[in-house]
Amino acid sequence: MVSKLKRQFGSGIEAFTYLGQNYLNVDRSLITNLLRILCEEEQFDYCVDITAVHYPKRERQFDIVWILYSFERNERLRVKTQIADGEHIPSAVSMWPTANWLEREAYDMFGIHFDGHPDLKRILLPEGWKGHPLRKDYGIIQQDQEWVQINLGIESGQ
Amino acid sequence: MTEPTSTAQHLDLDESNKTYLDANELILNMGPQHPATHGVLRVILKLDGEKVLGLECVIGYLHRGVEKIAENRTYTMFNPYVDRMDYVAAVSNGLGYCEAVEKLLNIEAPERANYVRVILTELNRIASHQLWLGTHALDIGAMTPLFYTFRDREEILKIFEKYCGARLTTHAFRIGGCQYETYEGFEKDVKKFVAFVAPKIDEYEELLTTNRIWVERTKNVGVISAKDCIGLGVTGPVLRASGVKWDLRKKQPYAAYGKFDFEIPTGQNGDTYDRYLVRMAEMRQSLRIIRQAVDSIPEGPIMAKVPKVMKPPVGEIYHSIEAPKGELGYFIVSDGSTQPYRVRVRPPSFVNLQALDLMCRGQLIADVIAVIGTLDIVLGEVDR
Repeated sequence: MVSKLKRQFGSGIEAFTYLGQNYLNVDRSLITNLLRILCEEEQFDYCVDITAVHYPKRERQFDIVWILYSFERNERLRVKTQIADGEHIPSAVSMWPTANWLEREAYDMFGIHFDGHPDLKRILLPEGWKGHPLRKDYGIIQQDQEWVQINLGIESGQ
Repeated sequence: MTEPTSTAQHLDLDESNKTYLDANELILNMGPQHPATHGVLRVILKLDGEKVLGLECVIGYLHRGVEKIAENRTYTMFNPYVDRMDYVAAVSNGLGYCEAVEKLLNIEAPERANYVRVILTELNRIASHQLWLGTHALDIGAMTPLFYTFRDREEILKIFEKYCGARLTTHAFRIGGCQYETYEGFEKDVKKFVAFVAPKIDEYEELLTTNRIWVERTKNVGVISAKDCIGLGVTGPVLRASGVKWDLRKKQPYAAYGKFDFEIPTGQNGDTYDRYLVRMAEMRQSLRIIRQAVDSIPEGPIMAKVPKVMKPPVGEIYHSIEAPKGELGYFIVSDGSTQPYRVRVRPPSFVNLQALDLMCRGQLIADVIAVIGTLDIVLGEVDR
C-alpha cells in the first residue's frame, strides 16, 4: 500500500514503524487527497481519533494526527502532518462523520481551524473562553479570569 | 360582514404577536441538572409536538483538563487520574493506560499480573453493566432492577476493596504489573461471586426481557445501523447490537485475553432492546472469562522489574482496549523525559454520545431518555 501511495504522491509521504505501529508522515498539501484515498479505496472506514500535539519551538508548531482503523484488514494506521500556527487544515467530516466532535475538540484545545467543518465551535470549554489550554504556552493553573468573574461571579476558580 | 378567522390567517400574525401555540417547532432545554442524563449533560431538543426533530448536546460541565494534567505529572503520578474519567469502570481505564506506558517503555507485565488484570477488569465490566442496567431501567420506569443490580454490584466492590482498599477509583494496576499480591482467599471470593451472580443475571432477565412495558419502550427505539455506527466511530455494545462482530479483546488481544474462550454477543436490529440483550450476554461472557482465568492463575511475580525513574525513549504509541463502553484508547507522546509530552485519551463515551442526535430523530421525548441510557455514557469520561 505504501509503495502504491508513494508512486501516486511522490516524496511527500514517509512511512515509519515504531513499536509495531505504522504511521505516515505526510506533507500538508497532500492531506486531503490522501485521507480520501485511505477512506474510500484503502478501506480505512473507521476514524478512531483526530488530535494534535503542540511543539512551540518548531516553525510548524502543530502535529495533526489522524488515527484510522480498517475493519476489513483489522489494521491501524496513523497519519501525521505538520502545520504552522494559524494555518488551516481541511476537515474530514465529509469522509468520517465522527470527525465532527473530534475536530471541535482539537479546535477547542489547540485553536486549529478545520476548513469545511459544518459547525466549528468550542465543545468542552464554554463559548467565549479565551485561550486554548493544551498549547504548551498555556499554564497549568492559567484560566480566563475575566470569563470566570463575569459568568461565575467569583474572583478566581483556583 | 366579518369573515371568521381561519387558521391560515391566525398563522399570518407577525412575529411579535405569535404565542408558543402558533409555532410548529419548540426548543426545549433538558439539563444540565436532570436526573435522567446520568451526570451533567445538557441537551437542547428541537421538537414538533412530542416528536424530536433534532438535538444538540452541550457538554464540558465536568471538564477537568485531564490531558493537561498528564503533561505536568510523571508517568506514575498520572496513573490514578485515569480512574476518574470513567469512574464506574476505573479498572479498565487503568489497564489501558498501564499497558500503553508499558509498550512505550518496552517492558511486559508478568503472566500472573495479566491474569489478575483480566479477572479484575472483567469484574469491573460486570459492575459497569449492572450499574447501567439499574439506572437505564429506572429511567424507563422500572425501579426494581436498580435494587437488584446494586445489591449484587456491592459484592464486586467488596472484592476490589479487599484487593486494593478502594471501591470505586481503584488504582488497581501499576505500570509493569500489579502493586499488590492477591490477598488470601482471593480466588475463593471470586469463585463464590461467579457462582452467586450467574443466577442473578437470569433474575434481571426475568424482570425485563419479556416484560411487556420494557419491550414496548425499547424495541425499535433509537435504531442505528452498522454503517452509521462505523461512520460515527461508535464502538462497544452499541456497535455489536447493530450486528458488527467486533471486540478488541478478540481482534487485537491484549493482557491475557488471547488465552480464553469466549464469544462476542451481537444483535441484529441496533435498537435499544438489542443493546440490552447484548449487554446481558456480555455479562455472562465475562463470567465465563473469569471462571477460566481464576482456575489457571499462574505462579510467579506479579510485578515486572521497572525502573524507579521512568523515562521512555522518544516516540509515540497508540494503545486501545475494549472498555465496557467501547474502544478506550491512549495516544502517548514521549520526549524522553519523566513526564509525558502529550497524553490523548480517546474516550468511548464522548464519541458514542455524538450518535445521540441521529438515534433520537423522529422519536418521542420519552425515548430520548431511553437512548441516553442505552448509550451508557459516563460524563466524567465525556468531559475528562
